[in-house]
Amino acid sequence: MPNFCVADNKKNMLALTNRAKQVEREPMSLLERAYLPAIFKGMAITFGHMFKKRPTINYPEVTRPFSPVFRGLHILNRDEEGRENCTACGLCAVACPSEAITMEAAERKADEIHLYREEKYAAKYEINMLRCIFCGLCEEACPKDAIYLSETFAPANFQRKGFIYGKEDLLIPNPVTEPEAYAKAKGGRVKIK
Amino acid sequence: MLLFLDLALVLEKFILIVIVVMSSLLIAMYATFAERKVAAIMQDRRGPNRAGPFGLLQPVADGLKLFFKEEIIPDLSSKFLFILGPCLAMLTAMMTGAVIPWGDKVHFFGRDISLQIADINIGILYVFGVVSLGVYGIMIGSWASNNKFSLIGGLRAASQIISYELAMGIALIALLMTSGTLSLKEIVEQQQLHWYSWNIVKQPLGFLIFLICAFAECNRTPFDLPEAENELIGGYHTEYSSMKLGFFLFAEYINMFLSSAVMVSLFFGGYDIPFVNDGSLAETIGVNWIALIHTVLFFLKAACFLFLFMWVRWTIPRFRYDQLMNLGWKILIPLSLINMLVTGAIILLKQNNWHF
Repeated sequence: MPNFCVADNKKNMLALTNRAKQVEREPMSLLERAYLPAIFKGMAITFGHMFKKRPTINYPEVTRPFSPVFRGLHILNRDEEGRENCTACGLCAVACPSEAITMEAAERKADEIHLYREEKYAAKYEINMLRCIFCGLCEEACPKDAIYLSETFAPANFQRKGFIYGKEDLLIPNPVTEPEAYAKAKGGRVKIK
Repeated sequence: MLLFLDLALVLEKFILIVIVVMSSLLIAMYATFAERKVAAIMQDRRGPNRAGPFGLLQPVADGLKLFFKEEIIPDLSSKFLFILGPCLAMLTAMMTGAVIPWGDKVHFFGRDISLQIADINIGILYVFGVVSLGVYGIMIGSWASNNKFSLIGGLRAASQIISYELAMGIALIALLMTSGTLSLKEIVEQQQLHWYSWNIVKQPLGFLIFLICAFAECNRTPFDLPEAENELIGGYHTEYSSMKLGFFLFAEYINMFLSSAVMVSLFFGGYDIPFVNDGSLAETIGVNWIALIHTVLFFLKAACFLFLFMWVRWTIPRFRYDQLMNLGWKILIPLSLINMLVTGAIILLKQNNWHF
């Protein structure tokens, strides 16, 4: 039979934890009521904060270093001669859990040998960056070292269609004609076999 | 000849007025910038640093923004008073600068030019008069907005300033009893002798009361109840937009600067250089140079007070209204009365060669 008497309950109540603290209800002393010592204490604290190191980084000028395993925007890779690696096999699109990748294959013509490494290439290659979850499974699936996740992330855009990245957005700059831009886009991690 | 002299005097005063008004506007501008910067570094942030080098053009950008905003005058407001409010706030904020001695004097074109716009013998009374007029801008503006929050803000401002002006005045009476003059120039000159002749040494309690009351008069935290963003959505300037709002905000910073200037003149020796005999230094390097040093030093001292204003703002939370009134009427006024009585007793004892 439970006991509903409040006073009785209180007497027999067990503390749930040992962290309970008795609240001090003493009237304030004169020094506390003068309020000024507390103010000076507070002002000392705020003044001390002036010399603390600020955690903010001046973002557009300075960026935080990404971790070596950071997975950012995709790049479509080229080989040393500047030919596209991608053969439009579709393995990346199959591997993609969010179905962000679409592509259309085309056959290489005789006069396009300097553009594409193999006989088949991706005429259209689109990644929807709003669907993409940057998991990196496309990178793992690719047998031709054609797609890599780089160290940048998708910039903001006002329109949804601005997030559908085509080949012109994804392709790495040509290492033969634009070596500096290529090196910058490649970053420190992409290895070309 | 007489006419020529008068014209020269008018010209000299006019130039001085322009310089004082311009420099107080400039200082108020950069006080807004400094406020944001101080707030930022006290909160471990960086603060505005995008407009210009180190963000130095931020106040210009803010001012331009305010100018380009739409002017909204509420439909049911009384239009004339609505416009008069910020004008009055700005006007009274600027007027205080007239009696403050920014420096001793300069010597140009064979004339001694005093660096005080008007050396009137009731200088400190003038300051008091103008400062208490300052609340009219807030009251009129808040009443004319026809908005409950504004009205509450205006009422708070009025009652707060009335309550704290009393304590401020009584604290000042004690100071005036030791100095024996109401002229700010003379008060400053009396403090020139030694570093320990600064009035802060003679009247530490009086200074503390004056300082607290100055915070209240400037509507600064912890006494910013008239504004109280989070209770009154901006208080007296809820309905204001564009540069009329800018004038209210600006007037607050000019008030801050000028009350710092008054505190420096009254308690911290004005333009006095501490630990230096100004008179002999003036003979060696010339009057004009010493005037420059004096003025720069005066502004530096005032800047320290401005920093104090900001420092306190970003440290202490706002008072509750009853706490504000308790502090004003039950603590500050009795304290200042005691201070006045003790000062009077000491002066009497001193006159009697320390015999009862």
